[in-house]
Amino acid sequence: MEPMPPKHHQESVIMDSHEMTRALTRIAHEILERNKGCRDVGLVGIRTGGVYLAQRLKRLIAQIEQTEVVLGELDITLYRDDLSIRKDQPVLKKTDIPFHISDIRIILVDDVLFTGRTIRAAMDGLTDLGRPAEIQLAVLIDRGHRQLPIRANYVGKNIPTAKDENIRVLLEELGEEDRVAKLINVGTAA
Amino acid sequence: MSFKRKDLLGLASLSPEEMALILEAAEPFKEVSGREIKKVPALRGKTVVNLFFEPSTRTRTSFELAAKRLSADVVNFSPSSSSVVKGETLLDTARNIEFMQADILVLRHSSAGAAEILAKNSRLSVINAGDGWHEHPTQALSDLLTIKEKKGQVRDLRVAIVGDLAHSRVARSNIHALTKMGANVRAVGPPTMIPLSLQRLGVEVFHDFDKAIAGVDVVITLRLQLERQGRSLFPSIREYARLYGLTAERVQRAAQDVLVMHPGPVNRGVEIAHDVVDSGSAVILDQVANGVAVRMGLMYLLAQRN
Repeated sequence: MEPMPPKHHQESVIMDSHEMTRALTRIAHEILERNKGCRDVGLVGIRTGGVYLAQRLKRLIAQIEQTEVVLGELDITLYRDDLSIRKDQPVLKKTDIPFHISDIRIILVDDVLFTGRTIRAAMDGLTDLGRPAEIQLAVLIDRGHRQLPIRANYVGKNIPTAKDENIRVLLEELGEEDRVAKLINVGTAA
Repeated sequence: MSFKRKDLLGLASLSPEEMALILEAAEPFKEVSGREIKKVPALRGKTVVNLFFEPSTRTRTSFELAAKRLSADVVNFSPSSSSVVKGETLLDTARNIEFMQADILVLRHSSAGAAEILAKNSRLSVINAGDGWHEHPTQALSDLLTIKEKKGQVRDLRVAIVGDLAHSRVARSNIHALTKMGANVRAVGPPTMIPLSLQRLGVEVFHDFDKAIAGVDVVITLRLQLERQGRSLFPSIREYARLYGLTAERVQRAAQDVLVMHPGPVNRGVEIAHDVVDSGSAVILDQVANGVAVRMGLMYLLAQRN
């Protein structure tokens, strides 16, 4: 997850609520197209933002296909590669995947794809739970700057960013108005 | 809030918030222990040393499993096979372990305060796995987690602790944990086993079990240390079982959804009757399962400290 924004920042909205719904609807269609329906498909949201997006994809798929896909929640904290070098204690949450992941196609869902390290951790976490037939990746935003050879199968929107810029996906489920914002620092107290 | 301590020596000095933090950290690890692959890489490359100067199977195994499920490397030192028999002091043993670049030391020792002395004199994170009659904090935290899960909360619950409270580190840690979390604690046992000083810890003392158990939400029975017989704490095991054994009839006097707990190992038919151990009220095996999760959560928090 992105850190909390500093006090002095400028927010520019790069995706509003309508655009977000359209992007997710398109991703739902693409998932169905690529997997020829949703038999043996399971959605796994990465905590926290990815879980809400996965729930929305599940609803959209149900609307399009009149079928419920299974849904799980994955906490990647224990699989982070920076656990021993971080100064703060990341908050541990529960992984809750109430179905067998072996031999089905898992769609990992996250809000922002950045360095790729979260996805690496998520894939390690998933393979500890079983052997999926395939792991696919759906993200709402791809902001570039990958540090690992990882690529998403479904992307809501590509947004070129500078490394020090901050992308925030704000969701109704988190008490915000649905939008994606780019935060630009303007003179934080030095 | 994050856990700032280097060690866990006892619950007397812990705040309710710190205890809640450890329980919160334990929660996700219950899922890990339920997996087919019961392992996460969180403590990869860390070394945990179990240094047990008293015989223990369950606690040592619980710590060992917890460390292994976090991917730490575990070494077990036991005095019979180590240089301790050659006269090395406890502190020197710990310093040697420290300079082998271990990270966490789990200590059980017959002297109260042994863990504290090591913690003060070494960089290692020290976890007290029982020191004399002083404290056994991870056992009490496991009990606390079990109560919280089954009852939803600890505040205002009536809890009876029955047995030899004078010589029980489990009871002492439980009293600290439960009173700090707002429970009403009753200490039950013969006068020889209930020190008057307990009242200073905010517990109500009873010598009549039938009176004490009336309406309680939780009963924690302590193991009767049979080896203490003959030290005139109690006349006979039979008398003890009659006066302080938890029988099905006594359970009837407690609240309807009472939880029956025991830190193990159980003397069936002495401090607790056969049919009570196997009844639906008993959560003794939940305590064991939660013990592994609490120890995983604790080691995770201690290892994150930089």
